Amino acid sequence: MVEETLQRLQSQKGVQGIIVVNTEGIPIKSTMENSTTTQYANLMHNFILKARSTVREIDPQNDLTFLQIHSKKDEFMVAPDKVYFLIVIQNPTE
Amino acid sequence: MAPKAQKGKKPSGKKKPKPLPDTEEEEPLNMESMGHPEIYPLVLTTKTQEIFNCRIDEDVTDEVPYKLIKKEDIFEDLQNRAAVSDFHPVKKIVREYPGDELLLVYDKDFKYGLNFYLIATEEGKENYLNPPELPPEEQEENKELIPEDIYIYHPPLSKPWVSLGSEKEIEEESVKESTKQITYMISRKRNQFGAPITFSDQNASSAKDAYIECTAYPDKNFTLKKLEKDIGMQVIPHIKDISTQTRWTYPKNATTQYHAREFSEEEREKLGKSKSLIDFLKKVSTSVEIALQQNEIMNTFIEDWRCLAEEEGAFGDKTDTHLKEYQSFTDLHSTTEKKITCISWHPVIYGLIAVSVAVRLSFEDRVHLSGKLLLQPSLILFWSFSDPIHPQLMLESPEDIFCFQFCPTDPNIIAGGCINGQIVLWDITAHADRIENIKASGRSKKVALKPMFLLEPESNKESIFIRHCAVSSIESGHKKIITDIQWLPDTFEINRMGFVYENRNGICCQLATCSADCTICFWDIRPQKPLTPQPTEKKKEESIEIPFDVPSTFLHLDLSWKPLAKIKLSKGETSLDHCPTKISLTEDHLLYKTQDKILAQTKSLKAGETSPYHNLEGGMTDHLKPLEDFCTKFFVGTEEGEVIYTDWKLERDPDTGRFMTKKPVNLYTVHDGFVHTVQRSPFYNDIVLTIGGWNVAIWKEGVMTGPLLQSCCAPKMYTSGHWSLTRPGVFYIGREDGYIDIWDLLEKTHEPALSQNICITMITYIKPWTFSPKQQFIAIADYYGTLHILEIPWTLSHPSVNEIASVNYYFEREVKHLEYVEQRKIIRDQEKKEMDLEMEKKKVKTYQKSKEQAEAELKMEYESYLELEKTTLINLGLAKVTEKVSYMDLI
Repeated sequence: MVEETLQRLQSQKGVQGIIVVNTEGIPIKSTMENSTTTQYANLMHNFILKARSTVREIDPQNDLTFLQIHSKKDEFMVAPDKVYFLIVIQNPTE
Repeated sequence: MAPKAQKGKKPSGKKKPKPLPDTEEEEPLNMESMGHPEIYPLVLTTKTQEIFNCRIDEDVTDEVPYKLIKKEDIFEDLQNRAAVSDFHPVKKIVREYPGDELLLVYDKDFKYGLNFYLIATEEGKENYLNPPELPPEEQEENKELIPEDIYIYHPPLSKPWVSLGSEKEIEEESVKESTKQITYMISRKRNQFGAPITFSDQNASSAKDAYIECTAYPDKNFTLKKLEKDIGMQVIPHIKDISTQTRWTYPKNATTQYHAREFSEEEREKLGKSKSLIDFLKKVSTSVEIALQQNEIMNTFIEDWRCLAEEEGAFGDKTDTHLKEYQSFTDLHSTTEKKITCISWHPVIYGLIAVSVAVRLSFEDRVHLSGKLLLQPSLILFWSFSDPIHPQLMLESPEDIFCFQFCPTDPNIIAGGCINGQIVLWDITAHADRIENIKASGRSKKVALKPMFLLEPESNKESIFIRHCAVSSIESGHKKIITDIQWLPDTFEINRMGFVYENRNGICCQLATCSADCTICFWDIRPQKPLTPQPTEKKKEESIEIPFDVPSTFLHLDLSWKPLAKIKLSKGETSLDHCPTKISLTEDHLLYKTQDKILAQTKSLKAGETSPYHNLEGGMTDHLKPLEDFCTKFFVGTEEGEVIYTDWKLERDPDTGRFMTKKPVNLYTVHDGFVHTVQRSPFYNDIVLTIGGWNVAIWKEGVMTGPLLQSCCAPKMYTSGHWSLTRPGVFYIGREDGYIDIWDLLEKTHEPALSQNICITMITYIKPWTFSPKQQFIAIADYYGTLHILEIPWTLSHPSVNEIASVNYYFEREVKHLEYVEQRKIIRDQEKKEMDLEMEKKKVKTYQKSKEQAEAELKMEYESYLELEKTTLINLGLAKVTEKVSYMDLI
């Protein structure tokens, strides 16, 4: 079941990698190689926590639902949850 | 009396002031200032006091504060003690004292300044000792302050002024004018008053005596030198403040090395299977998918505004698409009519273009006039933009040149191919300065005004004839006209077998030529090692004297130059061979990058002393590394209109064992006339443009099925063509009626996008060149020998944003189209086969039917025919229905 979902996401156009991390930033599942995974997981983890805390500080009733970092070459998408984070890196073809 | 009364009023206890007449004293200080000139204050030391028995509080007391001292005693004391004596200051007084005894009074209160005083006159003594009437009177008057008598007011009686010396003081203090004051009266005419005043500025130092300065100067008279200064001093203990910093070494983190936390494999697996992860992914995957797809659908971050502006500030009119005339050059000095056969822009210098001219005669005319032609030199002319009348340089050659090229690595070396099959080399290094520094002289302006014949004697700038450096050997070279000559790029070398080696020289040293004698030759400009030792006598015979001004760069090649390798383009079994007209070799660099390379190389050459061309070493191919997998195939266009794709590597023929040229890989007959342009696109390595006859074809190397694009027949014959240097989808074609067709593959592929008239005769050569992003020229040569330079407008010279990609995409589509066509062919073949099979099968089936079946069938048919007849007759009303007994029953 997990694998199917990951496969489905991976088959989307332009997807470079998918990482599942837990709340502490330790990667659980990844489609990329180990060193890249750890790097991305560590870097994104701080950012996700910061974003979430920002949203919640402004309004405690609010919570982060989705996070997208759009850069020149890639796009990082993060779907946060209580226990896990799903990070997807896509390279849009435009 | 008055003084006495005054004196009486003075309050005094025990001291009685004594009025006395003025006496002038000299040295000793007396109390004249206090009104007692007879009193001389004295200091008497204790010693003196003992001597004279006037000790304080013993002999001289408050009751009796005086002492009479004899004069002789004083004198004695004076004699004894001389200057030390206390009476020394009053010595004179004592001597002059009339009496015998002097009165010394103890001045307890220091009324007169010192502790004793001496009364210098008898009267004073008397008065002191006997203050008779006055004191009691005074005392009485003092006691009787509250008189019982009526105080009778006596108005003051005016008495004559008695001067007591106060006038002196007043006079001293008063201020009087020492000099008499000068009075000036200044007057002016009345009408000048109230006139308007104009002030003007004036430099004070300019007018004499306009100002008087009192400059300050240090005047010694008034400088006070401070000799004494009062300073307060205080003694304090010496204090010093010192602080120190101790170096506290404490442990500090210099580097931290950490390892990212990771899960172990088992933990990972366990977590991977956990339900929470599954639920999480379920929940999250939809939103992620939406986001991913959104990105693919549309880029939301596109800046439409910025993308709208494709070019930044287009220069010139965007609607202007025509080529504009810039300049045209004609050689006016030649006597015969000439045509231009080849154009080449100087790779480095701006505005310099070289054209090769040949006489405009057919073969027979050439033969007839060969004597006359020998006298005229065949030339390559160098034209510069600054001088439209006189060519800058003229390169001489033995025969008419039909093609030439500047050496890519050294623009001072030029190789040309002649009509008789010889290759000619020039070295113009000596004249490089001349052509580099061409400036538009003032004379050129005059040129426009004066008629031409007047200029001839004035011309001081002569065109220089430069003789060729070397020609190839006549016997071993080409036998017929050389149709194309090209320098091989400096990245590789070829040896005799056609194998490719790396080129360590860094310069272009090999040439490729093709000629109408059906051969393609490769030449090397380096001195060859002689295979057989030549006898020296033969060499002497062959030596030819060379004029002095010809550089000896290629002396080793002169007249003995043989080709390195020869390739014969044979048509296989038939004896007819292909006549190549143009070749196009693979280039591993794109044209629009070579210009930078050339510049870099010429700069490096200038820095060095001699160019490498002057020190050519023999080809040492055995030490060079062979380049593997180098594509040795190239395109050849022939006179018959074929495009051949062949290989220059020689292969070993299995039968004879000799090295033979390979058979061509591909041959296409596409054009109807001879192919005059075979050119690779400057943007794509594998796209080749061939023009010949009445149509154009574009090929892609590797696609063997056919050209990507083949245009339909044009109304007029195409005589020359060239790719555009900056736009990947544009190429120029010259026609035989003087028109130039500009094709734009992105606009129209079936006909030219633009057609423009340039001249009245056939266009023989087209060569565009880029000088700067703003300036692009195209040189068009015509049959009458005129070179036209036109400027390419913005629209034709500037590619749009994605033009390279678009044109590439177009070519790919065409390739796919060709593939599709091929596939369709296959499918069609298959279908045709199937259809044939079907037909065959059908035929076979009909034969297999048996005879009985045939009869039965016939019968059935007959019956059905009868029925039909009956119904028809009934319908026609020719037979009645009811009475009718079928004929069949009767029969």
